[in-house]
Amino acid sequence: MQSEFAVELRDVVKQFVTPEGNLLNAVDHVTMQIKNGEFFSMLGSSGCGKTTSLRMIAGFEWPTEGEVYIEGKPMGHTPPFQRKVNTVFQNYALFQHMTVYQNVAFGLEMEGADKNEIEKRVKRALEMVQLTGMERRKPRQLSGGQQQRVAVARALVKLPDVLLLDEPLGALDLKLRKEMQLELKALQQELGITFIYVTHDQEEALTMSDRIAVMSKGKVMQMGTPVEIYERPANRFVADFIGESNFLEGKIKSVSADEASVFVPALNAELSGVPMSKDFVNGEEVVISIRPEKIRIVDADAEKDGVFRAKVINSIYIGSDTHVFLDCNGVRLKVMEQNHISRLDPHSFYHKDQAVGVYLIPENTLVLKKEA
Amino acid sequence: MNPYRRHPFIRVATVLVYIFLYAPIVVLVLYSFNASRTNVLFEGFISSFGPLKTSGSLVTQSPCGPFHWFCELSRNREVGVAARNTLTIAFISTLTSTVIGTMAALALQRYNFRMKPFSQISLYIPIVIPEIVMGIGILTLFSQLFGVLNNALGLAGDSRLSLGLGTVIVSHIAFSVPFVTLVVQARLQGFDKSYEEAAMDLGANELVTFWRVTFPMILPGVLSGALLAFTLSLDDFVITFFTTGPGATTLPIYVYGLLRRIITPQVNALSTIWIAIVLTAVILLQRLQNREA
Repeated sequence: MQSEFAVELRDVVKQFVTPEGNLLNAVDHVTMQIKNGEFFSMLGSSGCGKTTSLRMIAGFEWPTEGEVYIEGKPMGHTPPFQRKVNTVFQNYALFQHMTVYQNVAFGLEMEGADKNEIEKRVKRALEMVQLTGMERRKPRQLSGGQQQRVAVARALVKLPDVLLLDEPLGALDLKLRKEMQLELKALQQELGITFIYVTHDQEEALTMSDRIAVMSKGKVMQMGTPVEIYERPANRFVADFIGESNFLEGKIKSVSADEASVFVPALNAELSGVPMSKDFVNGEEVVISIRPEKIRIVDADAEKDGVFRAKVINSIYIGSDTHVFLDCNGVRLKVMEQNHISRLDPHSFYHKDQAVGVYLIPENTLVLKKEA
Repeated sequence: MNPYRRHPFIRVATVLVYIFLYAPIVVLVLYSFNASRTNVLFEGFISSFGPLKTSGSLVTQSPCGPFHWFCELSRNREVGVAARNTLTIAFISTLTSTVIGTMAALALQRYNFRMKPFSQISLYIPIVIPEIVMGIGILTLFSQLFGVLNNALGLAGDSRLSLGLGTVIVSHIAFSVPFVTLVVQARLQGFDKSYEEAAMDLGANELVTFWRVTFPMILPGVLSGALLAFTLSLDDFVITFFTTGPGATTLPIYVYGLLRRIITPQVNALSTIWIAIVLTAVILLQRLQNREA
């Protein structure tokens, strides 16, 4: 019987003893459901519990509390070699004393496949990752990108239900990493295998994933599609961690179904029609989160609702964009403007103390709880 | 390039070090071809083959030519017995101490247990303690233990437990284990547990993982440890002296016995063979490690 979920974590806790002798919940009551065929990412900074969660699915660690289910079956203390999941390790963990062929064949040998079968499947796996002809090389004779491909082939040749990837692209340079991101995604779509991907790189997670779990301090802060996570962050932590956000403190004046009017003291103005994803009550202290690329800089004397006076603190040219820092009644706002025309004249850029107007479009902002 | 590399002092020091280290060995090997029976001065090689002829203390002709002392040695039954004892002891103690030492190193690297710091320190004790103290200690232990056991079990005559090959082997294992453990531990320092996890992830159980992944990866360290144990056992004198018994004479003990009577070039011939064996072992191991790396 096929379960709806490839992997499920139910209220999982993993406790470690720190070197100081304290107990630490590396994973703190985490519940996740990962659907069949999904590209699911766990995203967070180091120590957020993402790798520990992955290791519990692989079977290298056992939960202190709760249960991990794979294809609907509780895993308990099932050892890694009896789980139908395979892992691509952060350092690849290729067996240095074996050739590429032997590395990829290892998992099939363990299944007791016969020689012809092994040969056929290893060949196909190496074709899949474009490493045909490298069979006889030792791992140390390969480049980082090639080693990474061997690690992927070695895991995929077993045709697992779920492939676990622990920061597999972390050691590659930026350009190669971007290439591999697309390749991995294409591979996943072609094979239809569930991928669970651990990364600290938000761009990577947004690029590749069907769904993302944003984690912090052992807890899941938000789970959703890349669009949901970016456009409707559930809390201040996610708004700050994924992309960048400007935060304005304010107070709820009135609420309707999914919008609110918020008074912002710093601007001495009320913003109405601000989207919200939670229930708020009148008078509640909140923050409004605004993405830097969603603020528009307009003429200083533009008279329009939602336009406020500001002064340029600093402007940084970074090639594709210009980052402008503004002082708006004592509130520091970051604005990103795309450089969509080519210009060389230094006077055409913003300069310090220039008076400008900022246009905060209410539907591009979001009401969030005040505490992180 | 470092300008001091060609400094005269460096050259002189280098030459001195080489002389100091290798001149005794060269002389020792040279004397194993000595024509003189007393072996005090080098009197030249024995150049002619034929029936044995002597003149005074000089051997002028031998059926083996310059290899006269090697042939003499091969006819020496006592040397044969001592060599067999030495090799038996060395092989058994090397094998056993390598297995124990490797397991100890793995346990110390992998697990945290209450007595771990103590276990680690206790490894150094047999290494730093004077050999003579350890020899006396082991001797005392054996004689006390055997006394108690012989009485308790009512053993008499030939069946009584006594010093011999067995006790030498046990004591060699005892002093080799720390060396093997430390050498293997050094190799394990860089061993990432993700290799083992990868193997298990791919379907290998603990035993298969050990033999297919862990062991091949730590093999160079294990071999270094084994070679160290082997050479330590081959040339050990002090501890063997205390723990050996009748019929368990080893080569170092035999040579020592010879020296007290007369220094014959047979001793040199024996040493030359000895050096050749150890040198071959070291070179083979070096080759093996280079191929691994």
